[in-house]
Amino acid sequence: MSIKVMRATLLKDLRMEWRSKDAINSMLFFSLLVVVIFSFAFNPTAEQSRLIAGGLIWVAFLFAAVVALNQTWARELSNQVLDAYRVSPAPANALFLAKVLGNFLFVIVLEGLMAPLFVVFYQLRSVGPVWQLILIALFGTWALVVNGTFFAALSIRTRNREIMLPLILFPISIPALLAMVDSTTAILTGESVPDFWIKLLAVYDVVFTSVCLLLFESVLNAE
Amino acid sequence: MRPLSIAFIILTLALLGYSTYQALLVAPTEQTMGDVQRIFYYHAPTAWVAGLCFFVNFLASIAYLWKRSPDMDALAVASAEVGVVFCTIVLITGPIWARPVWGIWWTWDARLTSTLVLWLIYVSYLILRRYATGGQTQVLAAAVAIFGFVDVPIVYMSIRWFRTQHPSPVIAGGENSGLDPAMWHAFLWNLVAFTCVGIVFVAARYRLQKMENLLEDTHARMALEGSTQ
Repeated sequence: MSIKVMRATLLKDLRMEWRSKDAINSMLFFSLLVVVIFSFAFNPTAEQSRLIAGGLIWVAFLFAAVVALNQTWARELSNQVLDAYRVSPAPANALFLAKVLGNFLFVIVLEGLMAPLFVVFYQLRSVGPVWQLILIALFGTWALVVNGTFFAALSIRTRNREIMLPLILFPISIPALLAMVDSTTAILTGESVPDFWIKLLAVYDVVFTSVCLLLFESVLNAE
Repeated sequence: MRPLSIAFIILTLALLGYSTYQALLVAPTEQTMGDVQRIFYYHAPTAWVAGLCFFVNFLASIAYLWKRSPDMDALAVASAEVGVVFCTIVLITGPIWARPVWGIWWTWDARLTSTLVLWLIYVSYLILRRYATGGQTQVLAAAVAIFGFVDVPIVYMSIRWFRTQHPSPVIAGGENSGLDPAMWHAFLWNLVAFTCVGIVFVAARYRLQKMENLLEDTHARMALEGSTQ
């Protein structure tokens, strides 16, 4: 049943997103704004931008992801969909994983669309192995999205919904963010090897996916 | 207050007095750093108490999710709040020492950064508690507490790889580490005294939280009884 529920929820979310394009449009425009504003704020030369690009890219994606994550559960509140889900016998983790996968796809699409823009605007050229960047993007995005989806489910229960998510997500995500930024910079500059960071991201993903799956049911049913 | 609590508070005060005397007057002055090194007798014990509080918070949060006992939640709040206070003291005493010894107030070194991130995580825990509504607070807070504690070793590992400047552990750190026996004496007394201070604070906050819970329950019951009449 888990797989069925997961697939149904995921397909529903993807279809809604395909028709409205709410999440992807707001994320795209938001990260575009970040790219432009950072460029004005730091006015980097090509050499400098190679050094700071890792930070820029991930901060832009982190902020943009929060925009999508905040919408992910909010849309289930209308018509008491979430309450209906809670009384249904469907396993909570299936719903959670479907939401995570949906958000993961949205953010990955965003990254795919934004990456060329970063390359153009900041004159990036990779010195190290590019295929590792893809690995970092996959692991890093999962790290942000799995915790982000969990904390979004948590923050819709609070009084200041939209603000609460980054307040909890950012401190917990610091090691993942550090790993993403440093490994990306390592590849772009070719000055060091990102292996340790990629392993750290993998560990982070495994640990926090497990914690999320362990705790999600309690959070969903919290009364 | 029960006589046992009063006795423990008096004991704590006595210990604190003795350990302060040891740290400020008895312990020898450090050769290169001078008197400013004495802040170590406060810095390290408060860091220990903060860590202990966060650990208690973690255990209490798990226990709460397991048994759903409001008392465990009260213990979790109490230890998190006291932990944040002690962690703040660590973050303040550190720079006071670092300025004359390192020449800078702050550096993004592994232990400093980890402590700051730890502080951020538990402050966000307290913010969540403030903004969560109604009966959900305890469950949501317990979840964040578990996330926070699980994050700590990962934070430490990642930032350690990032950079290191903090003096390597003085105690059991390596060949050249180690304290003068007289310093050990002062340090241990402070460790004991501050642990007792931490226990007193957590116990007081725990009692207060239990009273708050009781008050809330009473109000809720009175409202219910009032509405049925």
